Amino acid sequence: MTTVADAGPAKDTRARLPIAEVRWSTVLAPLVVGVVAIAAWESVVEAFDIEPFVLPAPSAIWEQVRLHGDSIASGASVTGRNALIGTLLGAVLGVAGAMLAGSFRVVDQMAAPVVAALAVIPIVALAPVLYSMFGAAVDTGRIIVAAVSVTIPVYLNTLRGLRQVRQVHLDLMTACAAKRWQVVRTVTLPTATPYVFTGLRVASSLAVIAALIAEYFGGPIGGLGKSITSSAASSNYPLAWAYVSGAIVLGLLFYIVTLLVELWFSRHLRPT
Amino acid sequence: MTNPLIQPEPLGQPAIQVRGAHRVFGKGRKQVDALSAVDLTVADGEFVSLIGPSGCGKSTLLRLVADLDSPTSGEVLVFGKSARQARLDQEYGIAFQQSGLLPWRTVAGNVELPLKLHGINSEIRRRRVAELLELVGLTDFARSHPDQLSGGMQQRVAIARALAESPRLLLMDEPFGALDEITRERMQNELVRICAETGAAVLFVTHSIPEAVFLSDRVVVMSPRPGRIAGVVDIRADGLAAAHDRSAGVREEEGFFRAVGEVRSLLHGTPETAAVARGVDHR
Repeated sequence: MTTVADAGPAKDTRARLPIAEVRWSTVLAPLVVGVVAIAAWESVVEAFDIEPFVLPAPSAIWEQVRLHGDSIASGASVTGRNALIGTLLGAVLGVAGAMLAGSFRVVDQMAAPVVAALAVIPIVALAPVLYSMFGAAVDTGRIIVAAVSVTIPVYLNTLRGLRQVRQVHLDLMTACAAKRWQVVRTVTLPTATPYVFTGLRVASSLAVIAALIAEYFGGPIGGLGKSITSSAASSNYPLAWAYVSGAIVLGLLFYIVTLLVELWFSRHLRPT
Repeated sequence: MTNPLIQPEPLGQPAIQVRGAHRVFGKGRKQVDALSAVDLTVADGEFVSLIGPSGCGKSTLLRLVADLDSPTSGEVLVFGKSARQARLDQEYGIAFQQSGLLPWRTVAGNVELPLKLHGINSEIRRRRVAELLELVGLTDFARSHPDQLSGGMQQRVAIARALAESPRLLLMDEPFGALDEITRERMQNELVRICAETGAAVLFVTHSIPEAVFLSDRVVVMSPRPGRIAGVVDIRADGLAAAHDRSAGVREEEGFFRAVGEVRSLLHGTPETAAVARGVDHR
């Protein structure tokens, strides 16, 4: 990522995302790889007569996507809703926790082992336990799983961001006789903001994965995860793959949206 | 160029009075005397530079005046008030070596920051920002962000910000230290003009001898470990105009080289004549 500022005249004050400078080759190269890979996949399946339960052909999967487009979309909206609520909850928790830990050293020290533990255990493994806690008929367990997965990266990144405040900015605030909350609002929070969204970008894919996998362990039907397991169980493998591709699109959507938000908030920070 | 030898009459309180200031960092064996027995008075409207090698405590002294740090012993008064009270009353504006602009705010947003922090209403802020940007020649860049400006322009924004509340004292900690030579001389000329327009007293930290001589009424030479004042050179005594009336041509005058020589000999602790100093690295 290069900076826009060097290229354009300094008077150009429009805030921009560094998308316009992406070169064609950057977009084209992965597209070519994708097309080649899918063509190879198709021909291999055809040439060796591979059974659908081992590996269905892309054309067969595409067929299912077309036939069950509505079902995939509604599944994606159910899973996506859980992931989205989880992401927002987790982000709020992560930022609030980081602000506490950033202000009080003792909170930081107390939280460190808990955070380390949460960072290493696969949160989604808690799903069956949560289903029995909150009931298997509601999405609460899935939302919690997604939220906890998001909280940790957001917390860690925000905490790091809060510590990036530059001494010269603090000196300036002191020289201006700024009050404590003015320092927080004027310097500390804006400094940390890009880091918050970096954490959120990392976490958003985790939220989708967590919400999806949590469906494997039970709970209400309708989501993509549930549809993947049930179509695999009924030996409709191309359909299972069609739902998987829906999950891929959903994950990418979360990633791209959070990536754009992150780029927007760090647009005035020169990469050094 | 008028009345080069007339000293400005100190009106009322001097801008800065430092009496017997000591500043010790650390404890026990690791103790370092950053400043030792420093006495300094800067008159209202006077331009005084602090010069010395790295670690001589010149920045520390400036930070004591700004109340960003407190003396271990001794007294610092700004316009007759304690440094702390002067800071709370916003008696000074300050500019650092790093411009310290907030990258997420526009140029105008950065300049108006001190006014905004003190609850000045937006109409007055807008007018004041327009004045200040005109003063530093950046009117066209009001809505740019700092990352779109060159280093020299960023430093001009920082100076405009320091001037936001029309302080009668300006504290500058190597503000041009990170700039290239050409930009630096231009900024020095501009600073002279700005000071003439505002009439503020200036305490200016630098490690460039010609910069100190060009800008100042008096140059305070400091020596390291412990940081103390090695001597004071009154530039006006070398036949140069008062700092606020100085023109760029002064850099070529006889008295300029004489003053450079005096400062250099104080810095190196060896007597050196003006004739030797002339033509030698008059940066």
